[in-house]
Amino acid sequence: MRDNGLVSIYRDDGIVLRSHKLGEADRIVTLLARKTGRVRAVAKGVRRTKSRFGARLEPFTHVDLLLYTGRSLDVITQAETIRPYGEPLAGDYPRYTTGTAMLETAERLTPVEKEPSLRQFLLLVGGLRALGEAEHDPRLVLDAYLLRSLAVAGYAPALEECAVCGTRADESTMLRAFGIAAGGLTCQACRMPGAATPAPATIALMTALLRGDWRYADASERRHQIECSGLTAAYLQWHLEHSIRSLRHVEHA
Amino acid sequence: MYEGIVQDLIEELGQLPGVGPKGAQRIAFHLLAADPADVKRLAAVLQEVTEKVKFCRTCGNVAEADECRICADARRDPSVICVVEEPKDVAAVEKIREYRGRYHVLGGAISPIDGIGPDELRIRELMARLADGTVTELILATDPNLEGEATATYLARLVKPLGIRVTRPASGLPVGGELEYADEVTLGRAFEGRRQLDV
Ligand SMILES: [Zn+2]
Ligand SMILES: [Zn+2]
Repeated sequence: MRDNGLVSIYRDDGIVLRSHKLGEADRIVTLLARKTGRVRAVAKGVRRTKSRFGARLEPFTHVDLLLYTGRSLDVITQAETIRPYGEPLAGDYPRYTTGTAMLETAERLTPVEKEPSLRQFLLLVGGLRALGEAEHDPRLVLDAYLLRSLAVAGYAPALEECAVCGTRADESTMLRAFGIAAGGLTCQACRMPGAATPAPATIALMTALLRGDWRYADASERRHQIECSGLTAAYLQWHLEHSIRSLRHVEHA
Repeated sequence: MYEGIVQDLIEELGQLPGVGPKGAQRIAFHLLAADPADVKRLAAVLQEVTEKVKFCRTCGNVAEADECRICADARRDPSVICVVEEPKDVAAVEKIREYRGRYHVLGGAISPIDGIGPDELRIRELMARLADGTVTELILATDPNLEGEATATYLARLVKPLGIRVTRPASGLPVGGELEYADEVTLGRAFEGRRQLDV
């Protein structure tokens, strides 16, 4: 690198989404960084137990990084932990699997490397914080995160007007059918074949999760929470075309 | 691109873990320049390994017979099983020369983002080994990183109803690393100071 004098060093902070083994003791770490967006970088020697990186480059960790731009992959030269969101998850299997589904979704919703996605980054930080603080049911934290990250990516489900014709819900027009492919709720006229007919309370919960209305969400009934996560997962899988593998492994407490 | 057989060699080498296209090329040309006798010896070992080495039907470790040499050794304590991720971790624990129990190799750690859940690991086989009451202690020596911890958490909870003492090698093992890279002294201390896992 030094011979051409073009070493470019930059600093950013981000959440570690995943890491792959590379060679003898290195890892390729995928991060969602505040300014840079999703970036893949090499951490040298990180798998050795005496590595100076320690647990700082484990999935879920919010790290402050110093990197240099490499020819194919960037290289991490320094890492300092800002907050180890993984710590409270390792000993709690349902929360660990829930968190993993959030990381995979964040990766999938930022398909272009090094394209800044500050809102996705902030949503993920918020979601991981909520998951670790255990204030809300992990199922609700996951669904809120999935719905809001889909919305940021431009795939918010239509909940207040018909997804097909745009008619707003009022006393005369009831939106009862939820069509995954249609993009959310539809009026009777636009109802897609195979559309679900969720309970109105389930739709209200979905709306509350999208808006961040935790008072409503925390007080919701279990059966509506279960229906909401079923719809959310189906909606997410359909809009991402490829499935989020971790979702299958999410265990509910 | 190189011609025919040389290109084939580069492509085969490139399939190996941790070997990129450049590395494959380097190894290929190293082999071409090496003493043919040395290369033939390597080829013979590769051939032998594919014919003779399999996985132990009991613990999943590498073995030259149906059972590995540890499972076949009557002097090894059958009341303790040490659970590890990979066969190379068995070698790492054996290096400390203090552990006299048996092993169970999971074949990895739970990693949902890579599509690996409990069903993809040798967990059912482990539960079958615990069924007859011989085993009184299970040492969960998965890697000291997040996936290893989560796997240990999952197993501890699964085994809990059986009333078996479940422990995890403790302090000394820096987090974020892999078992196979720990030195013998550190690993020995971690085993000695293993603590009971409560879930
Ligand atoms: Zn309509
Ligand atoms: Zn064996």
